[in-house]
Amino acid sequence: MKLLTGNDLGSGNVLWWTGAGWSRHVEDSADVGEGGESIARAEEGARRVNVPYVIDATGTPDGPRPAHIKDRVRALGPTVRSDLTLKPADPGAGDWVI
Amino acid sequence: MYTYDTYDQAIVDARVAEFRDQVERRLSGALSEDQFKPLRLMNGLYLQLHAYMLRVAVPYGTLDSRQMRMLGHIARKYDRGYGHFTTRQNIQYNWIKLAEAPDILADLATVEMHAIQTSGNCIRNISSDQFAGAAADEVTDPRPWAELIRQWSTFHPEFSYLPRKFKIAVIASDTDRAAMRLHDIGIQLIERSGEIGAKIYVGGGMGRTPMIAPEIRDFVPAADILSYLEACLRVYNRHGRRDNIYKARIKILVHDLGAEDYARQVAEEHLAVKALGIDPPAAELERIAAMFAAPAFDADGPAFDADGNVTLDRSDPDFALWLDQNVTPHKAAGYAVVSISLKPVGGIPGDASADQIDLMADLAERYSFDELRVTHAQNIVLPHVRQSDLHAVWTALNDAGLGDANIDLISDIIACPGLDYCSLANARSIPVAQKIATRFAGRERELGELKLKISGCINACGHHHAGHIGILGVDKKGVENYQLLLGGSGAEDVSLAKITGPGFSEDGIVDAVEKVTDLYLTRREGEERFLDTYRRLGMEPFKEAIYG
Repeated sequence: MKLLTGNDLGSGNVLWWTGAGWSRHVEDSADVGEGGESIARAEEGARRVNVPYVIDATGTPDGPRPAHIKDRVRALGPTVRSDLTLKPADPGAGDWVI
Repeated sequence: MYTYDTYDQAIVDARVAEFRDQVERRLSGALSEDQFKPLRLMNGLYLQLHAYMLRVAVPYGTLDSRQMRMLGHIARKYDRGYGHFTTRQNIQYNWIKLAEAPDILADLATVEMHAIQTSGNCIRNISSDQFAGAAADEVTDPRPWAELIRQWSTFHPEFSYLPRKFKIAVIASDTDRAAMRLHDIGIQLIERSGEIGAKIYVGGGMGRTPMIAPEIRDFVPAADILSYLEACLRVYNRHGRRDNIYKARIKILVHDLGAEDYARQVAEEHLAVKALGIDPPAAELERIAAMFAAPAFDADGPAFDADGNVTLDRSDPDFALWLDQNVTPHKAAGYAVVSISLKPVGGIPGDASADQIDLMADLAERYSFDELRVTHAQNIVLPHVRQSDLHAVWTALNDAGLGDANIDLISDIIACPGLDYCSLANARSIPVAQKIATRFAGRERELGELKLKISGCINACGHHHAGHIGILGVDKKGVENYQLLLGGSGAEDVSLAKITGPGFSEDGIVDAVEKVTDLYLTRREGEERFLDTYRRLGMEPFKEAIYG
């Protein structure tokens, strides 16, 4: 599957395309198939996201998992500061990245 | 400390206003990201993995307590309560909001700081010896020269769009604490027949093609240094490659031309440049140097003994360890240089919380004539501490989690932010540093001086080429892999580390480091450092220990 991701223009937060908008949580992301580039152009033009790009991912029972570790780090947050990730109450969340 | 004059302040204030307008236009959509990106980079604002990152310049690594407190204020108000001190003697903030970036720059401007030229293909922040003004072995204080070069290079119209970024270091001791020969230009101030001048090295650097800068000129008189630098840059600007980013650094030009031919071209260019009269009058250097005048040292406390150790009450073993490891002789009797480790075992190299930053500012104000330094090893220095105040300083540091006694030991690891933060990285650096520091906890002193440096990609921000032990993280089919290098040094015995062989997993690289250090412990002779033993034995026995 393919996901569309980017950063929020103002905050820089990592965002994921849900099919209808943007979410901070990769679990909410939708498979954009071959349509990611056109969505990216439209959304960037509307300043709803900054520097969007399409990535490969695999579907899992817990939701989409980006294929590359860099995007998994982006999806969670720094593995060395669990308190600054999107799952601060789950110190083991970094295992998902590796 | 240098104090801004009206020109400096006007330039920085104008830049803040200009960038505020640019940010507003970006947020309104008047500027696209392609248009805005070079503008934000000129102000040190990157877009990294999780957010915008702001790199703030700390000129030649020198700060006063007011500036340090501002760094803590920014961490607390605009970021997530911490900052990351870098191998370029700067500080980075990892969680910046675009709309707030102009406010941060405005706050910085109130304490004579900025983020100008911390990115882009220009002359970056000038780096220097963190012991400048305190070192017993310096021929002069290098900071007035570093400041003069900062002024010359700021918004230099010819050098704003060089083929590639450009880094200059200035030192004034035979002991190199600034990795001077791994800079595009390395300047060593020396004294010859009573006259101060500069030995010039050009074409060093790390990255994907590491090179040690060759000597280009053995002595440039003080009155010619700026014009000579201008000539060095002009030759590079004229002939440096702009067609291939991987061959654009000056080291490639100097290597391709040969140091001798490059030096000849610089000498010819210098004849023309000198006539332009850009070298400042002696009075201007004296004006700047006066701002770096030595503080009024007046201590008559205990002296260092013949081994360079401080002769204080050493009954507290932890304090005694810290004295031995983190305290260095000062040029003034009764004073010492204190290195504050930002490398707690299991911590993140170079990170400091806002509260820790404030504390270091308080200590500087109270005990170090209001001065601090950032080191390229990602630590902080209090350069002028009375020896009689050392215990009080250590106690305060220890209470704040800053009392680790590990300067230049294996746990004093240089590590880039790596894949936890950096969009260029291929692998994480920090977890490897944490695992190595934890593995060797309690055994660091047995190994003696051992500089371990980790980069998360080939760009080598973690200086892995210059590590006695270096580690380079690479991407191997989507999986983090770590190459091991041995034998590098960024000091006066400069050398480039060599790769041992096939790489390792995250845990495997920690085991490999231990095999290397185990061999060192069995084979070292006398007081040999790890690096000395490696140089004596060569690579083969270490490879055998690792892979055999």
